[in-house]
Amino acid sequence: MIEFREVTFVHQNGVKALENVSLKIEPGETVAIVGENGAGKTTLVKHVTGLLKPALGTVLVDGEDTTRTSTAQLSRKVGVAFQNPDHQLFSESVEEEMAFGLRNFGFLPELVEQRVTWGLELFGLSEYRKSSPLVLSGGEKKRLTLACILAWDPRVVILDEPTVGQDSIQKEKLAGTIRMLSASGKTVVVVSHDIEFLWPIQPRVVVMKAGKVVGDGPASRLMQDRGLLDSARVAQPQLVEFYDRLGSRPAAPFADPLEARRWIEEGHRS
Amino acid sequence: MSNILEIEDLSFRYPDSPRMAVVDFDLAVPEGEVVVLAGPSGCGKSTLLRAVNGLIPHMYSGEYKGSVRVGGTNVRESNMRELAQKVGFLFQNPENQIFMFTVERDIAFGLENLGVPRQEMRTRVDESMRLLDIGELALRAPHELSDGQKQRVALAGVLAMRPRLVILDEPTSLLDPKTAAELVGLVARLRKELGTTFVVVEHRLDLLVKVADRMVVMNEGRKVLEGTPEEVLFGEDAESYGVSVPSVTRLQKMLLRDGLVQNRGLMTPAELAGAMDGGPV
Repeated sequence: MIEFREVTFVHQNGVKALENVSLKIEPGETVAIVGENGAGKTTLVKHVTGLLKPALGTVLVDGEDTTRTSTAQLSRKVGVAFQNPDHQLFSESVEEEMAFGLRNFGFLPELVEQRVTWGLELFGLSEYRKSSPLVLSGGEKKRLTLACILAWDPRVVILDEPTVGQDSIQKEKLAGTIRMLSASGKTVVVVSHDIEFLWPIQPRVVVMKAGKVVGDGPASRLMQDRGLLDSARVAQPQLVEFYDRLGSRPAAPFADPLEARRWIEEGHRS
Repeated sequence: MSNILEIEDLSFRYPDSPRMAVVDFDLAVPEGEVVVLAGPSGCGKSTLLRAVNGLIPHMYSGEYKGSVRVGGTNVRESNMRELAQKVGFLFQNPENQIFMFTVERDIAFGLENLGVPRQEMRTRVDESMRLLDIGELALRAPHELSDGQKQRVALAGVLAMRPRLVILDEPTSLLDPKTAAELVGLVARLRKELGTTFVVVEHRLDLLVKVADRMVVMNEGRKVLEGTPEEVLFGEDAESYGVSVPSVTRLQKMLLRDGLVQNRGLMTPAELAGAMDGGPV
């Protein structure tokens, strides 16, 4: 669905933000991109949306070269919720904000109405339907940008730091939304520092450092590689670290970190 | 110890909002404490902060009841200029508050606006840069810095005003874990060295609870929980209010319940693993 072939990108100030990145993301995959500030994660995402074009190499989205496709064409296929929602919100009311994109893509009025109601309900924003997006809190604005994107049903959904400003209940819902998207065959890319949020989703993890991909594999394996995580300044999930440090001590009533998590969830419900 | 911040019976509603953003809120913060303010998104945290730094009611009008006092001064009755010297505010995104051509000009910006004499300004800027260990960045352009460095520059600008109370609005949310840990360490050091009081809004608690004296949880504009981090995080209700209880703390709570560990202080994953040694199977 998304393919980077030996992509290099250099900022105007001469800093190499991406260096010879090759990466292939299959349709329906859920991929987390992690790494320290300035590692090139957001630059990578901007290449998928066509906002940035590679200096060297090729970026293909759904088989099409992004240098030969307009950002408008790409945006029908790729929905992105950027880190700062203020860059994306501009309408007078929350419902208008959602309807705007849908009308632009030529959805019929009844369908626009239906999708707006669906999206606002899904993200707990119905009470603000007629309010200005400016009265929303930071976390609510982020949810609104996400609702706008999901409403037009793109094949690829990219979330840049989606958990910033979200409480634990919203994070749980967001994790559920990501699982739902992935179950319905969407390609989902999540850029985040929030390892505690990413780990239970068990995505494929791509670790970036100084513009390069330095690790790529399933969360179950990569999250145990403390050497790799440390060198990329990525935290280890707390339960993985606990289990690791526990070593051969026999006292824990569970077999692995994911089981520990299930045990905690059940314990807190009972 | 005297209270640097006293909020009494505060309620506020924005003009075009369907409901009150803050309702009958009381809080007293003694000088030198680090207080964490948590709660679900939209619970009124940001509104409360605006009422403390004076943006409410001086920039945002609305229905206002009750009072907020900083260092004994009523926020509603003083002006923004006076308040700027009492309350320092660090935004979530440092990009929103650094904009000059060099780091030192940026740090001096607030002082210039107050008309602080040149010599005094020089002293305070140097002191701030030394405190935050960014002296070598003095002549660099802020936009070329890393996110962690930008955060330090913004904080240096705040500290140059020598506020007794500093508010941090989700200071670590855009930082990677290592950089975030450095910032939290800095808060602990400044509190110790300068006696500065910190009110920190944060969802990510794993690092911060180690240095905080107190946690306050808000829900639907009201204060619903208040206590030490241990009391709040091991309590029954924190999670139902959307507080992101660190997973190691949730695990510790379960292990305590089952008698597999005995220590009631908040532990790191490594400490908790170590504490499993002597426990019954």
